Amino acid sequence: MLDRREFVARLLKDRGELMVLTGLGTATFDVAAQGDHPLNFYIWSGMGCTAIVGLGLALARPDRRVAVITGDGDVLMALGSLATIGSKQPKNLTIVCIDNAVYAATGMQPTATGAGCDLAATARSCGFKQVVAPVKIDEVAGVRTLLHEGQGPAFVHARVGTQKHERVIPTRDGYGMKHRFLEASGKPAMF
Amino acid sequence: MAHAQDQASPAPGADHSNWPDRIHAVFKKFNIRQVGHVPDTGHTRLIALCAQDNEIKDVVLTSEAEGPGLVLGATLGGERAALLMQSSGVGNCINTFSVLQNCGIACVLIVTMRGEFNDFNPWQRPMGQITEATLKLCGFHVYRVDEEKDVEPVVAAACDMAYGGNFQVAVLLSQRMISRMKGAH
Repeated sequence: MLDRREFVARLLKDRGELMVLTGLGTATFDVAAQGDHPLNFYIWSGMGCTAIVGLGLALARPDRRVAVITGDGDVLMALGSLATIGSKQPKNLTIVCIDNAVYAATGMQPTATGAGCDLAATARSCGFKQVVAPVKIDEVAGVRTLLHEGQGPAFVHARVGTQKHERVIPTRDGYGMKHRFLEASGKPAMF
Repeated sequence: MAHAQDQASPAPGADHSNWPDRIHAVFKKFNIRQVGHVPDTGHTRLIALCAQDNEIKDVVLTSEAEGPGLVLGATLGGERAALLMQSSGVGNCINTFSVLQNCGIACVLIVTMRGEFNDFNPWQRPMGQITEATLKLCGFHVYRVDEEKDVEPVVAAACDMAYGGNFQVAVLLSQRMISRMKGAH
């Protein structure tokens, strides 16, 4: 089993101008633990929407790489969005699902992935062009290349253990994040 | 309910039955580049117009609940987005609408009403009856259109308000008006 914090740390190494969206849950803490970044956008409500935010962004910015880093609970809540993404085929979008098979933030209740729901197979059947399921930490280098250069849509299914890590809570100012994201990505705040 | 009747009135006797084309023209005028939708018979022509338009990325959603997320993502990428759905879909979005308010995201939502006038499916009534109130509770400014002649000025006013102030604005298209379109059910 991968350690989620170490996996995300290595995944975001030398991230450059990668745009990173995180969903409700522990994945946000994993990304924030690597240091805040103006091209990080942490989503604090509307559970299930992270993947589709990634689609809207990837369609608007075909010149940039977009990574959604989120948990199995977030993906399960809107499984249909994988089909939506599959139908639009954004080459620059990667969904990274950190799958610990539990709702860790709310008391470790089991999710459907622990009962056999295979999110990698789901992504594949929805039309994701590249689907990888790393099991060893030294496979992260390949996943990082996929994020930056892969012909997507790509889905990374990272099964992780349930190790406890520090809760690193980043900004929850949606307006502030929007403005800094637009500025950092070269779009004027007024458009 | 707000109306845009203070706008310049079109010529008397003008044909407004092509209101989907007029909404599409307003979308173009306001540089809307992404349109997310879940079909309804009343939206058929507008969806087709958006799908045929090379400057608009149309995204067919598996659930209306995906719509607000699409709009947030488009906005972060510097593009304006709008959503099309029927009134039943509004209920599917209650929680995800929150991202729009939390981040100050402009959104124009065009809703075809169901369950309010001569609907073949009376089970549409409960959600149709609470659509306007639901949208208001979710932070939307809501316009309602009953006459074809009002479609264009009201949608334009909605776009002006939404994209001008980063607000969420909905336009409800009455079922009686929609059903006047030939072939609509």
